Amino acid sequence: MNITAYVVLSGILFTIGCVGVLTRRNAIVVFMCIELMLNATNLALVAFAKQHGNLDGQIAAFFVMVVAAAEVVVGLAIIMTIFRTRRSASVDDASLLKY
Amino acid sequence: MYALQGGESIPVVDPSSADGVFALLWLVVALPLAGAAILLVGGKYTDRWGHLLGTLLPIGSFVISLVMFISVLGRDDSDRQVMQHLYTWIEAGHLNVGMDLLYDPLSALFLLLITGVGSLIHIYSIGYMAHDPRRRRFFGYLNLFVAAMLMLVLSENYLGLFLGWEGVGLASYLLIGFWQHKPSAAAAAKKAFVINRVGDMGLSLAIMMFFVLFGSTSFSVISSAAGNASETQMTVLGLLLLLAACGKSAQFPLQAWLLDAMEGPTPVSALIHAATMVTAGVYLIVRSNFVFELAPNAQTVVIVIAGISILWGAWIGCAKDDIKKALAGSTMSQIGYMMLGAGLGVAGYAFAIFHLLTHGFFKANMFLGAGSVMHGMDDDVDMRHYGAIRKAMPITFLTFAMGYLAIIGFPGFSGFWSKDKIIEVALTQNIVVGLVALLGAGVTGFYMTRLMLMTFFTEKRWSKGVHPHESPAVMTGPLVVLAALSVLGGIMLAGEWIVDFLQPVTGVSEHEDPPIPVLAVSAIAVVVVAIGVAVAWFVFGRHAVPREAPRDVSFVTRAGREEVYGNQINDTLVVNPSRHLTSGLLVTDKRVVDGVLTGGPVAIGAIATIARRAQNGFVRSYALSLLGGALIVVLALLAVNLT
Repeated sequence: MNITAYVVLSGILFTIGCVGVLTRRNAIVVFMCIELMLNATNLALVAFAKQHGNLDGQIAAFFVMVVAAAEVVVGLAIIMTIFRTRRSASVDDASLLKY
Repeated sequence: MYALQGGESIPVVDPSSADGVFALLWLVVALPLAGAAILLVGGKYTDRWGHLLGTLLPIGSFVISLVMFISVLGRDDSDRQVMQHLYTWIEAGHLNVGMDLLYDPLSALFLLLITGVGSLIHIYSIGYMAHDPRRRRFFGYLNLFVAAMLMLVLSENYLGLFLGWEGVGLASYLLIGFWQHKPSAAAAAKKAFVINRVGDMGLSLAIMMFFVLFGSTSFSVISSAAGNASETQMTVLGLLLLLAACGKSAQFPLQAWLLDAMEGPTPVSALIHAATMVTAGVYLIVRSNFVFELAPNAQTVVIVIAGISILWGAWIGCAKDDIKKALAGSTMSQIGYMMLGAGLGVAGYAFAIFHLLTHGFFKANMFLGAGSVMHGMDDDVDMRHYGAIRKAMPITFLTFAMGYLAIIGFPGFSGFWSKDKIIEVALTQNIVVGLVALLGAGVTGFYMTRLMLMTFFTEKRWSKGVHPHESPAVMTGPLVVLAALSVLGGIMLAGEWIVDFLQPVTGVSEHEDPPIPVLAVSAIAVVVVAIGVAVAWFVFGRHAVPREAPRDVSFVTRAGREEVYGNQINDTLVVNPSRHLTSGLLVTDKRVVDGVLTGGPVAIGAIATIARRAQNGFVRSYALSLLGGALIVVLALLAVNLT
């Protein structure tokens, strides 16, 4: 089975996520882009698992999902708190921690 | 028994184990040590009876020493050495040092001198220090002094000797600086301590060398193996030991502390000059005879140092107006005689010890006498303010006179016998050395007569309000005993007793006749002394002594008053160069070492100031750095895999 298409799609999704994280200011959108990158990775992992004919990649994908779920819980809570105090979800506004 | 040929050493006889009264040997040291501990730890609770306890304990040591001495007299010559092993002090690999005490004829005599004269000084101090609020502490220090000196002469190895040696240094520091509220006393104590350290360096180096060469510091081990070492090694050892002896015994060139040490209370001066401390150097050289017998060059140096010290001390004694400092100069000179005797080898060891004992008697007598005079003169030490004290203080005068006659070597008195013997041996071995010793005897006659005339004769020059009075019996009692010993001390030479007695330690020499008959030597010595006395009489006895020291004096007098420029020489050669070295090192430390050490942190700080600008608080720029980092890692992995 040829997995080229899957890998290419995974690459495209990852790049979109990456660019999104670097360019968007809204914290929620940044967050969504991170999810996109994680799932692009998952896609690549599952595709490679299919090619090698074993389950290693699929198991790794589950781990990534669990971690992503945990991260969403913590991340959304932080974003909510910041929004409540500063009335803004822009990541550029939260720049007090610096030299 | 052991007739020495050149290059042969004296074997130490196998000592027997300590039984009978000798089992108490350790108590001799322990009693005064316990006294020091009780008085110094007990604090003010012991104030009321501290001086009595402090006096009784050395007397206890004296009684034990006396019993042991009598018991040893009844034994054979070869059976007069007793060793007591207390415990293993240091054990590490091949190194094994025991806390061993050795009682032999040499330490027997020292024990009697230290505890005997020491006890008398303790008794005297009860009266002398009666009005001092810190008298109890004074007695604690005195006991410590005596205990350390006893340890020094009783130890069977150099390490134990060193323990006592340092103890003596500590006690002398505490006692010289006893009146610490006087800056001069504090400085004098420090000076004595520092100069003694120079000598201690010699002793500690010698001990290390003993360890390396012989694997032991025990006298018996070293003396039996001494022949295996080369002459150069022995010469180095001898010179190191001589350096140590010079420090403790105030010999040239380490003599400068002795005169400043007069800042201490007078009984301390008596103790330092008669029973403890300065005699330690002579003891060290006589005890180390097995080293010096194999190092003729070192012996020559000892003789030269001794000769210089005899004249140097006498010179100081001639010019000082301070009664204690004049006596201190005389001590340096007399110790020079002992060193001379010790440097002359087997022929002189016994006489060095003999002179040490008689000097212990008459110098303690005169120092305590001087203390008694000061006591009556409101602690004035300037002899130009004395005069005609003989009527006011008859007992002090008479006892002092006995000491005076002994030190100048008046025929029949103890000093006559002991000094005469050293002069005789010196003349036999080397005519120049003999003449130096003779000259020293003449100068001794001069300065002691000067001291005697200015203090007890001539007209009254007392300060206003001073009413000399005789000291209490607790002070004059020891004076009388010491005066008797000063007169009769020569009895030890009867039938060459002291020579025979010390034979197991110092060996026997073939008796050589001096180039001129012995009687003629004595006669010449007496004549030389008489000339010295007569000159002193002409200078000081016939005219009124000015109350102020004359200013326009000859160079000789001026140099004498300045202690023959000993302090200036030290300043020029040692103190000032060291001071410059120190300030140079300080500058180097601040500029160079600190520069290197603080330079690193400063540079890192500067780099951090620039680098921390990357920490700008924008999450997206951090994300970019992350991405860049990840890219670099991936590219690096690719590059590695491709090659």
